[in-house]
Amino acid sequence: MPDQLLFAMEVTLNGLMAGVLYALVALGFVLIYKASGIFNYAQGVMALFAAMTLVGIMDGQVPFSHLINAIFGTDVHHFGWHLPGLLAILLTMVVMAVLAWGVQQFVMRHLIGQEPIILFMATIGLAYFLEGVADLMWGSEIRKLDVGLPQGINETIDGVTYDMFGYGFFIDNLDIVATVIAALLVIALVIFSQYTKQGRAMRAVADDHQAALSVGISLNFIWVMVWSVAGFVALVAGIMWGTKSGVQFSLSLIALKALPVLMLGGFTSIPGAIVGGLIIGVGEKLFDFLFGPMLGGATENWFAYVLALLFLVFRPQGLFGDRIIERV
Amino acid sequence: MLDQAEGYITDDGRKIGGVVMEMKNITLRFGGVVAIKDISFDIREGEIRAIIGPNGAGKSSMLNVISGFYVPSEGEVWFRGEKRPPMRPYEIARQGIARTFQNIALFEGMSVLDNVMTGRLTQMKSGLFSQALWKGKAEAEEIANREIVEQVIDFLEIQHIRKTPVARLPYGLKKRVELARALAAQPKLLLLDEPMAGMNVEEKEDMCRFILDVNDEFGTTIALIEHDMGVVMDLSDRVVVMDYGKKIGDGPPDEVRNNPDVIDAYLGVAHD
Ligand SMILES: Nc1ncnc2c1ncn2[C@@H]1O[C@H](COP(=O)(O)OP(=O)(O)OP(=O)(O)O)[C@@H](O)[C@H]1O
Ligand SMILES: [Mg+2]
Repeated sequence: MPDQLLFAMEVTLNGLMAGVLYALVALGFVLIYKASGIFNYAQGVMALFAAMTLVGIMDGQVPFSHLINAIFGTDVHHFGWHLPGLLAILLTMVVMAVLAWGVQQFVMRHLIGQEPIILFMATIGLAYFLEGVADLMWGSEIRKLDVGLPQGINETIDGVTYDMFGYGFFIDNLDIVATVIAALLVIALVIFSQYTKQGRAMRAVADDHQAALSVGISLNFIWVMVWSVAGFVALVAGIMWGTKSGVQFSLSLIALKALPVLMLGGFTSIPGAIVGGLIIGVGEKLFDFLFGPMLGGATENWFAYVLALLFLVFRPQGLFGDRIIERV
Repeated sequence: MLDQAEGYITDDGRKIGGVVMEMKNITLRFGGVVAIKDISFDIREGEIRAIIGPNGAGKSSMLNVISGFYVPSEGEVWFRGEKRPPMRPYEIARQGIARTFQNIALFEGMSVLDNVMTGRLTQMKSGLFSQALWKGKAEAEEIANREIVEQVIDFLEIQHIRKTPVARLPYGLKKRVELARALAAQPKLLLLDEPMAGMNVEEKEDMCRFILDVNDEFGTTIALIEHDMGVVMDLSDRVVVMDYGKKIGDGPPDEVRNNPDVIDAYLGVAHD
C-alpha cells in the first residue's frame, strides 16, 4: 500500500478518537437544550469544574483552603488521603448533581418562561461564576489527572498493522479507552431515555411542558436530572481531556469546538452530536494532513468553523436537527 | 333530590355520589382583567358536569384553576372533603386529576402509543436500575401498564394508529389521543376543555359516545367545557353557566336552558 494512504488511515483513526471527545461535549449541550431550550454556554466550564473537582478529591485537597486559611488564620491544605479513582469519580458525580440542583434552584427556576436569549445570558454568567468557584475551590495551577486509564501507544495495533502494511499505526491506548467509554455512555443514555420512567419523562418534557405537567411530571425534577446527566457527561469529557493534557483552565475552551459540532449535527439530536463530533474530528485531522502544508499549516484551528459555516448556509438545521419550516 | 349529601340515581340509572370537588368563591385576576369573579360550585362523584358560556367567559380559566395551572387570586378549592393547599399542576395530576387542553397538548414527537404510555408515568413505582435492566417488579409493572394502555386504546378505537407519530394525525384524532392519554392515568376526575371543538358531526358523535361510556363503565367523574348546546344537553347531569367571569346559572340542563339570564347571555340572539 502506498505510504500516503497508510498515513491517511492512521490520521483518520486518530481523528475519530479526537471526535469522540467533541461528541461528548456536544452531547452535554444537546441534552440540556432538548429538555429546556437552554443553550448552556457553561457546558465546557462544567467539564473543567468536574475535572478539577475530581483531581482535588483524589488528592485529598481541602476545598477553598486559601479562603479558609485567610479567614481563620489556619494553615490547612490537605486531608492527607489519596482516594482511588473510582471512588473519587463517584464523589465527583455527587458534586455535579448538587451543582445541577443549585443551578436549577437558584438560577433557572427564576427564569422560567423567559426569552431564550435571557437564559443563554444566564448560562454565560454561570460559566464565569463556575470558573471563579473552581479557582477558589481548587486553585489555578495545572494538575495531572490519573484515574488509572491506560496511556501510551497501543502495541497490539502497532504490531498488527506493521505486519500487515509494513507500517505500524500509532494509536494511543487512552483514545481507545475514551472511545469505548463514550460508546458505553451513549448506550446507557439511550437505554435510560427509552426504557425508564425518568427517561420517558425527560423526553416528554423535551416535547411539551404543559402536556408533561398534565401527566404528573415535575419539570423542576426533570431539569435537575438533565443538568446532572449533562454534568456526568462533562465529567467524562473532563477525565479524557484532563488525562491527556492535564487539568487546566483552557479545558473550558473545548466548548468552543462543540459549537461547530452542534451546527453540523443539529442542536436537538443525540445521534447528530455523535456523528457531528466524529466528522469534525476526522475532517480536521484529514484536512490538515492533505492540505495543511499548502495552506501554511495549523488548519485545525479554523477548519471546524468553516465547515460549520458551510452547513449554516446550506443546511441550517444540521444533519439531524428538526427541519425548520417557516410558517407563512 | 340533589341536596341529598349521599347522592342519587339518575334517570338512566347511573349512581351519582357525594361532592368530590368544591370551588368556593374563586376569583382569578390577570392584571386588570378579572377572568373569574367570585364563583362557587361543586362536582359530584360520578357525574358529568358541564361548564358553558360565551367566548372569553372564563371557562378554560376555571378548568385551569381546578388542575392547578392557574392559582386563584381568592377563594378555596376543596377536594374529597379537604381544603387543597397550594399545589403544582403535576402534584394535582398525581392526585388523580387528568385533563385535556383546548389547544391540544400532545407530545408531537412521539407515537400514539408512547403518548398514551406517558399517562401511566405517575403510576410507575419501581427503581431506576430495575427498570433499565427490565427485571422483577419493573417488568411486571411495565406489563401491567401496557395492558391498561392497550385497553384504553381499544376502548377509544385508535388501534389502527397505535404506531403513528402524533404529528401526522388529523385534528379530530389528536383530540382522541389526548383523551386516551388522560384516561390511561385512570383518573378520579377527568377535565375536558372543549373535547369536540373543531370536529365534524360524525367525530362529535363518536366523542360523545366515548365520554358517556367512560363515565358509565369506569364511573369516572367528568367536568367538561363545551360550546355546542345540544351536546351539553345530551351529555351532562348538571351545568354551570359563565358569562364575563360570573356564574349566571347552575343546575340540570333543562332548568338552565330555561333560565332567562342564560338565554340573555348565552343564547342572546334569540331573545330581546
Ligand atoms: N394566561 C392568561 N393571561 C392573561 N389573561 C388571560 C390568561 N388566560 C385567560 N385570560 C383572560 O381571561 C379571560 C377568560 O379567558 P378563558 O380562556 O378562560 O375564556 P373561555 O371561556 O375559555 O373562552 P373560549 O370559549 O374562547 O375558550 C379572557 O379575557 C382571557 O383573555
Ligand atoms: Mg376556553
